[in-house]
Amino acid sequence: MNNYGMVIVGAGEAGARAAAELRSRGWTGEVTLVGDERHAPYERPPLSKQALSGEEAPAPVTILDRPRLDALGIRLVSGDAAVRIDRASHEVLLAGGGKLPYERLLLATGANPRKLTLPGDASGDMLYLRKFEDALAIRSRLAAGRRIVVIGGGFIGLETAASARAAGCEATVIEVAPRILMRGVPEAIAATVEALHRANGVDFRIGIPIDSVNREDGEYVIALADGSRVRCDAVVTGIGAVPETTLAAECGLELDNGVKADECLATSDPDIFAAGDCCSFPHPLYGKRIRLEAWRNAQDQGTHVAGNMLGDRAPDGAVPWFWSDQYDRTLQVSGLSEPSHTTVLRDLGEAGKLYFHLDGDGRLVSASAMGTAGIGKEIRLAEMLIEQRAHPSPESLADAGIRLKALLRA
Amino acid sequence: MAQTEWIEACETDDIEEEDVIRFDHGDRTFAVYRTDKGDFYATDGYCTHERFHLSNGLVMGSTIECPKHNGRFDIPTGSAKRAPVCVDLKTYPVKVESGKVYIQI
Repeated sequence: MNNYGMVIVGAGEAGARAAAELRSRGWTGEVTLVGDERHAPYERPPLSKQALSGEEAPAPVTILDRPRLDALGIRLVSGDAAVRIDRASHEVLLAGGGKLPYERLLLATGANPRKLTLPGDASGDMLYLRKFEDALAIRSRLAAGRRIVVIGGGFIGLETAASARAAGCEATVIEVAPRILMRGVPEAIAATVEALHRANGVDFRIGIPIDSVNREDGEYVIALADGSRVRCDAVVTGIGAVPETTLAAECGLELDNGVKADECLATSDPDIFAAGDCCSFPHPLYGKRIRLEAWRNAQDQGTHVAGNMLGDRAPDGAVPWFWSDQYDRTLQVSGLSEPSHTTVLRDLGEAGKLYFHLDGDGRLVSASAMGTAGIGKEIRLAEMLIEQRAHPSPESLADAGIRLKALLRA
Repeated sequence: MAQTEWIEACETDDIEEEDVIRFDHGDRTFAVYRTDKGDFYATDGYCTHERFHLSNGLVMGSTIECPKHNGRFDIPTGSAKRAPVCVDLKTYPVKVESGKVYIQI
């Protein structure tokens, strides 16, 4: 290695964790974190929750505030975008004209909301949620009595609908797919979530394509394919995210549903790594290339990749984990399941319901639960069983009298 | 030194071996543990990293793992064992008398 520093493009969860971990692991050279937002690295999960509906005016929940960055000797370049990577000279070029030479480079560029283009004159007025300012813009529309339409019944859309209800708005969720939470959440839990939202006054239009969105007399009118019209004061769209790969593509790195990385999170250039929402990587537990849009993954990969930037070659095989808060309930998913997998229910009574998903060989590959915060413990134990590639019997999984901890030791 | 008192937190049978429960007293919240060896301990109820109830976390031997970010603490001493936690957890003396667990706060 020469005297160039470590450069991290993207000052979100993955980038910030990587920067801190480089220091924890004893790297004493320069660490530069480049983010195009003005803020110090902050957490995105609260943006669809407290930031929208909390009583107090929201402020970013920082991961590394400026005193902490200073104490760690991490240079934050904020509000200046990285515009080009010169791989031959090992330099990142900034929009403001600066150049950052790198020893190793991490791309933690995240993802952007997938944009929806609909016929009609108001397609461009739809709101999206990714950044702190997006949350402020949505929050400003959530006055009591307003009518909010959310397009997309995924985590972000549903949390936004719940926040809208909490703020006293009418909320309607439009989902074009046959059910909400199609990605990664089993049908039984999706049905429970939908019922919970309905009980809290959210209206649903499911499985109906959208024909157009127009502005008429100061309101938005969404025309659905079944001939119905939904009128509202604001439209928030949450239909997934697209990995941010512009820099990687322009410097010729391989792409495959994101920046293509190997099991150690190195890209096709061994001095450039990727982590978080922008990164696709082969997962040892599932035998396929995946890309995760999840906070825990960003945190884990950011931490993990720092070691590999310093010369380790440690594969990343953390079990994927997702969570979502829905009113006073929490939803957690560990691992990845497919519709073909066998599902086993463990009824936890008041605490909620836990579903296990077994592949064709009877191996536990995923678990999902909805209930009180107490389900976290069970999901964590399930995660450890998934990590062990355990083949627990469906009978033992279904029996709430058998502690998961006992299965772990079996 | 501030005055302390012994407060009855729960029955010994309320906590399974290698587990934790939440105990609220006044406006404070505590976590009361029973380790794999059957010993009882008490700490502050919230993780020192973010305000999240440790009672929803997993006890492994004599370690508690926070359910939110997987930070870990040694239960008997409260010492922080794994990032992101870096501040130790406050612990409280515990005594067991006739099947009841008391903590000194």
